[in-house]
Amino acid sequence: MNPRRKKRLTLAVALIAGVAAVASLLLYALNSNLNLFYTPYEITHGKNDTGVMPEVGQRIRVGGMVTVGSMKRDPNSLHVEFAVHDSAGGEIIVTFDDLLPDLFREGQGIVAQGVLVESGKLEATEVLAKHDENYMPPEVAEAMGQKHEKPEYSEKQAEGYKY
Amino acid sequence: MWKWLHSYADPERAYKLSGTLLPWFSILAILLVGTGSIWGLLFAPTDYQQGDSYRIIFIHVPAASMSMAAYMGMATASFIGLVWQIKSADWAAAAIAPIGAVITFIALLTGAAWGKPMWGTWWVWDARLTSELVLLFLYLGVISLYASFEDKVLAARAAGILAIVGVINIPIIKYSVDWWSSLHQPSTIKITEKSTMSSDMLYPLLINIVGFGMMIGAITLVRYRTEILARNGMRPWVRELATAEEAK
Repeated sequence: MNPRRKKRLTLAVALIAGVAAVASLLLYALNSNLNLFYTPYEITHGKNDTGVMPEVGQRIRVGGMVTVGSMKRDPNSLHVEFAVHDSAGGEIIVTFDDLLPDLFREGQGIVAQGVLVESGKLEATEVLAKHDENYMPPEVAEAMGQKHEKPEYSEKQAEGYKY
Repeated sequence: MWKWLHSYADPERAYKLSGTLLPWFSILAILLVGTGSIWGLLFAPTDYQQGDSYRIIFIHVPAASMSMAAYMGMATASFIGLVWQIKSADWAAAAIAPIGAVITFIALLTGAAWGKPMWGTWWVWDARLTSELVLLFLYLGVISLYASFEDKVLAARAAGILAIVGVINIPIIKYSVDWWSSLHQPSTIKITEKSTMSSDMLYPLLINIVGFGMMIGAITLVRYRTEILARNGMRPWVRELATAEEAK
């Protein structure tokens, strides 16, 4: 390799290494801010790395699994209330007044955005379903004991809601 | 050892080689994308929770993974062009950039179309979606830098440096779903362990991924050939080619 090429190669490699170092430091510094949501445990106990706890009245996102058996639906409106938990053992109550996404069900991962009205209670303005990376035909899912049903609405509940 | 490779730095040989490769890439692309898409869209079983909506995966995932692969290809070409000052490599990078941008755009668009019915939103600023959007901007940056200099040697150098610096975004896209909490689910296809997808869905998906790669290769070759001709318009071999074409 002639010296000019060697010099350019060194420069190019140094450039890549420099950018990689800067980017990893930056990402390391930003780390917790890049998370889309708080887990329920982090809301009640503070973030794992920084210990920052969201204040009451703050707009936040929470992500976790809908606790099986926790869903309460108002028979006359779209109002729903359910608990969201995570693997660390945290749990918070989420209330919501709009149509839930099709993938929503108990046991499903969700991300809810809303205002923390009191410690451990979130008034959501948006509920998004977070589906997992597993894909399988319905027969296989049934054999494995997993089933999915869309949330259904009675006429009374859907009243006043226009598409 | 690398002597035989160097001979392809010659524009005429590169032009001829890409001419011979082009039909192979095209045939493979048509065959693979055709098989994968028909199998995936018509014959693969429905998903237990997403129903038929999940089928957009057969376009979304190939487009997204190939948008990253195309970027690596472009950056590698830029690196070779920058270090060894091989113009043919610079032209290859310039040929890939717009294709990569389009494929990234397709990945973002199909992702949004998939996100609306499943997640309940078109867009969310999570790490995966945002870093993929940054990839689109990187492609656009490379394209506009290459287009904004009259002197193409200088243009290729400027665009090449941006392309190489942007490589840092690729592992960020890849691992964004593992490093941070995001709405986007983690990868389904895993190289080291079993993929979390039943095999009659996985095969058409893999076929389509390879097919998209071939398709990008084929379009790149077409663009590469025109780029070579455009940069060598004054060379005798191009003139001969042009007069031969005219005589036909």
